[in-house]
Amino acid sequence: MSNTLANPPPSWGDPTLTDAEKRTLAAMCARMIPASAEFKVPGADDPLIQADIAKSLGRDATAVHEALALLDRIAGGDFAALPVAKQDEACATLRAEGGMNLTLTTRIVLQCYYRDDRVMISLGMEPRPPFPKGHVLPQGDWSLLDPVRARGKIWRDA
Amino acid sequence: MAHPDPVDVLIIGSGASGGAVAWSLADTKMRIVCLEQGDWQNSANYPSTGRDWEARQFADMATSPNRRQLWSDYPVNDDNSPIKVLNFNGVGGSTILYAAHYPRLHPSDFKVKSLDGVADDWPIDYHQLEPFFAENDRMTGVSGMTGDPAYPPQKTPPMEPLPMGRSGRMLGEAMNRLGWHWWPSDCAVTTREYEGRAPCINLGHCIAGCAQGAKASTDITYWPAAIRAGVELRTRCRVREITIDNATGMANGVVYYDKDGQEVFQAAHVVIMAANGVGTPRLLLNSVSAKFPNGLANSSGMVGRNLMFHPYASIWGYFDQETDGNRGPPLSLWSHEFYETDKSRGFVRGYSWQFGRGVGAILEAQQSMALGRLPWGADHHATYRKLYNHRMNIAAICEDLPELHNRVTLDPVLKDAHGIPAPKIDYTLSENSHRMLDHAIARATECMKEAGAWDVGVEKPILNGGWHLLGTARMGDDPERSVVNGWGRSHDVKNLFIVDGSVFTTSGGVNPTSTIQAIALYVADQMKQRLATLFD
Repeated sequence: MSNTLANPPPSWGDPTLTDAEKRTLAAMCARMIPASAEFKVPGADDPLIQADIAKSLGRDATAVHEALALLDRIAGGDFAALPVAKQDEACATLRAEGGMNLTLTTRIVLQCYYRDDRVMISLGMEPRPPFPKGHVLPQGDWSLLDPVRARGKIWRDA
Repeated sequence: MAHPDPVDVLIIGSGASGGAVAWSLADTKMRIVCLEQGDWQNSANYPSTGRDWEARQFADMATSPNRRQLWSDYPVNDDNSPIKVLNFNGVGGSTILYAAHYPRLHPSDFKVKSLDGVADDWPIDYHQLEPFFAENDRMTGVSGMTGDPAYPPQKTPPMEPLPMGRSGRMLGEAMNRLGWHWWPSDCAVTTREYEGRAPCINLGHCIAGCAQGAKASTDITYWPAAIRAGVELRTRCRVREITIDNATGMANGVVYYDKDGQEVFQAAHVVIMAANGVGTPRLLLNSVSAKFPNGLANSSGMVGRNLMFHPYASIWGYFDQETDGNRGPPLSLWSHEFYETDKSRGFVRGYSWQFGRGVGAILEAQQSMALGRLPWGADHHATYRKLYNHRMNIAAICEDLPELHNRVTLDPVLKDAHGIPAPKIDYTLSENSHRMLDHAIARATECMKEAGAWDVGVEKPILNGGWHLLGTARMGDDPERSVVNGWGRSHDVKNLFIVDGSVFTTSGGVNPTSTIQAIALYVADQMKQRLATLFD
């Protein structure tokens, strides 16, 4: 996707996740956005969404690596191996301490989650780009401006 | 490499002002060359053509050059500023990445010293610019509605306004109950077929380039006409410095790096700066010579000083009713209720509002999670559905008065890919700006609640809000307190002109692109009228 380049500059960080990082990321995403039968949506740990995230690190690769490393440190080594209740405790700590690295990481998770076809359909959206179909808006009734017209000039002579 | 055969006019920058001045001067049949550091954009590649359209506003189409990091960008050290610099580098300049909200400055904006005893009056006024506003509206293709009581009555946008939408009706009804001014904005967006451009189809993501071609950017408005009239536009050419004939003190050309990285000298009889309020002072300060050791055209010391951004506040509300979200141009209504000075408010000058229809699905999730409004865990989905397509916002654009300490200088370390020193920004918000922002937030919160908001959020100032780069080579009659005269010519160098936002004496409280382009057309007209005595 667009946050990537064929040859990203080294300053963006390693664009690939290790297997261990992928496990940590998926477990974190499951706690962030769980699947819902009520809303007919997958969780953010869904394999397709995880694959989209993994190839979308781009300019934020370093931030993602560091956020995941922090989460594993908070968890005592392996976040994914913790019981769910302990994972939620670790996530709460991460949200308190994660700073900009966590903000950038969640930004990527959310951008991939909310462009997934299944999620968009659940929200009543057509899974398509805006162009070329566009959207339809009500034109509105400009007589609503009558009170503004009636009030008269408000600009200042100079 | 050298092009010692001089061109008549060399323009630096192809954005809002560069396109306008090139087109206007083309009818002189002079040899005109424009150097642009970026390249042409292909609208088929704009974000709205892809599923990743929202993600790209944080990537290759980010408004911050420091985030975007494209080959055409130069870095900006804005660490010492609460407002970060935004721009775009390519044919069309920052009109590629603007929202196309297109108000004019008001008549009072040109007389702030006379009216309110602050800053300085401009050496020109609204009425001098009025024919150029109108000409620019025609060239740009502006939609809107005649009769706005916030402006003199001559303003007649050539096309009907953008749709009011669900959000507009909700806000308009609330503003009527409050008795406050609101009106369909002048927008540089077509609402019908116009000069070969298709009408807006509500792609909803104007800011990152319009795939429909409905949004006016100068690559599709002024530049095709200018090129047909004979202007040469050289892309991927980054200017390093303007050179001087030490005997005459006149500019004699520029040194630039071409698309292959080769250093090139281009001789010129006239140089016109159109590189925006950060790029222009950067280049002038980088153009050091024995005659101008502190930077070209800088005998006053004013080059780079008086930087004005327009401090923005964003106030958004959530509603039970469905709003437009991202399903239309984001901005299409404004209010100038609090624009003119009322000293009982505790500040001088004023601000405008631009009403936002809403935001896209991803941005809603990202912002709400970052602010703690959207939770992790089981409640995520139900909460999100109360937020998505239930938001509207008001952005308050506050007049930023000029202050000497707000400035652009050269960073002693940071350089661009060609080794040219990068700009450094030092900027603080004034007490007047803080008071104005607080007033705007209180009134906008009142409006949101009147419209039925069940929750209101605020950002003050908008961090990534440095869209408007103004004042750093100000216009004035006094050579000791300004850089250019009332028709854009440098006080120091009589064949050097500046036509971009740098020349703003004061900022007004509206988006400046319409006024920037009207000034560029005005300066071009003045040059044409004075050709025989241009350097006197």
